[in-house]
Amino acid sequence: MDMQVSFLDRLFDAGLLIDTGVDGLYGRSGQFEEVIAAFERLIDRVGGPDDAEAMRFPPGMNRAFFEKSGYMKSFPQLAGTVHSFCGSELDHMSLLKCMEVGEQDWTEGQKATDIVLTPAACYPLYPTVARRGKLPSSGALFDLQSYCFRHEPSKDPARQQLFRMREYVCMGTESHVTDFRQLWMDRGVEMMTSVGLEVTIDIANDPFFGRAGKMLVNNQRDQNLKFELLIPITSTANPTACMSFNYHQDSFGQKWGLNLEDGSVAHTACVGFGLERIALALFHTHGLDVKTWPESVRATLWG
Amino acid sequence: MNETIRELLGKVGGLPVPVAELADDADLYAVGLSSFASVQLMLGLEEAFDIEFPDSLLNRKSFASIAAIEQTLTHILKSKEAA
Repeated sequence: MDMQVSFLDRLFDAGLLIDTGVDGLYGRSGQFEEVIAAFERLIDRVGGPDDAEAMRFPPGMNRAFFEKSGYMKSFPQLAGTVHSFCGSELDHMSLLKCMEVGEQDWTEGQKATDIVLTPAACYPLYPTVARRGKLPSSGALFDLQSYCFRHEPSKDPARQQLFRMREYVCMGTESHVTDFRQLWMDRGVEMMTSVGLEVTIDIANDPFFGRAGKMLVNNQRDQNLKFELLIPITSTANPTACMSFNYHQDSFGQKWGLNLEDGSVAHTACVGFGLERIALALFHTHGLDVKTWPESVRATLWG
Repeated sequence: MNETIRELLGKVGGLPVPVAELADDADLYAVGLSSFASVQLMLGLEEAFDIEFPDSLLNRKSFASIAAIEQTLTHILKSKEAA
């Protein structure tokens, strides 16, 4: 039996996820959302004392910033752009006719807007911080959360096209941001253990596109730039990445002009929580009814 | 070969220093070769020498210096001849 389909069906049957007819695009029930809210409160309790500056952006970002980010160089297959009808009344008539007949693709005439769907919660942050001027020599820490889009339709409930990512982003010197990353690797393991999840941490890479991407993958792995915290959801042999810990060196600092007070280019690192994946890991591990979850897990999440 | 590599490096490397000033063994990453520029360099070399880099050589080490690139290319061209 296909484990992924069966877990997805069970989630639909239990009403935790709501089928929309598109793979990877789901509604969420109140209970599903309550688990995510409770886990976010746990993140707040652990990360709160660090006093990060919170920012919330909508799930769309400025297309010009998206273009400058270089996302299309590495992940063209995952990007989602927002297009709209920008024609005249006559064009509108042709559009309706086209939709009615249904032989031709009515979306062909849609024009790109200034908005691109956010691929990762931290993408709108870098240009925003760069606009403020130099960063303090002690560095800076930010707290973000956003729905993110990645075009990868799948029946694996842990691979959704629209999902939420909570992130902390650290900017500063190399040792400052790599210490931050190590701190969250330790915290991540502790947090997941406290809610009864079995975790491993492993070196990882992003899904870079094409043959050129193979080289970027090898570079990323050779330099230990990305780690993931893995939890079994639909497979024990291939556990799912529920957190990632990324060190960007000074590449975002260079790209966006993020400088420290002494004029040096800032290094950056981010730690991301895949909120839906963590909720799914909890439902998979402890059952689809939160009332039957182990008391210790309920106490950690709901006090 | 050295000349072709230097020419390509000048075109796609995006380095802040003239390629002519670089020693053969200069660390290209230290000079400022980005991951993406090294990918463009790889694609350019494939076209110039009519070769394909095997996956095992698609790594930072292969492009670490002009001498390293020469060595990588020589290795690929030799195995191409042998095939």
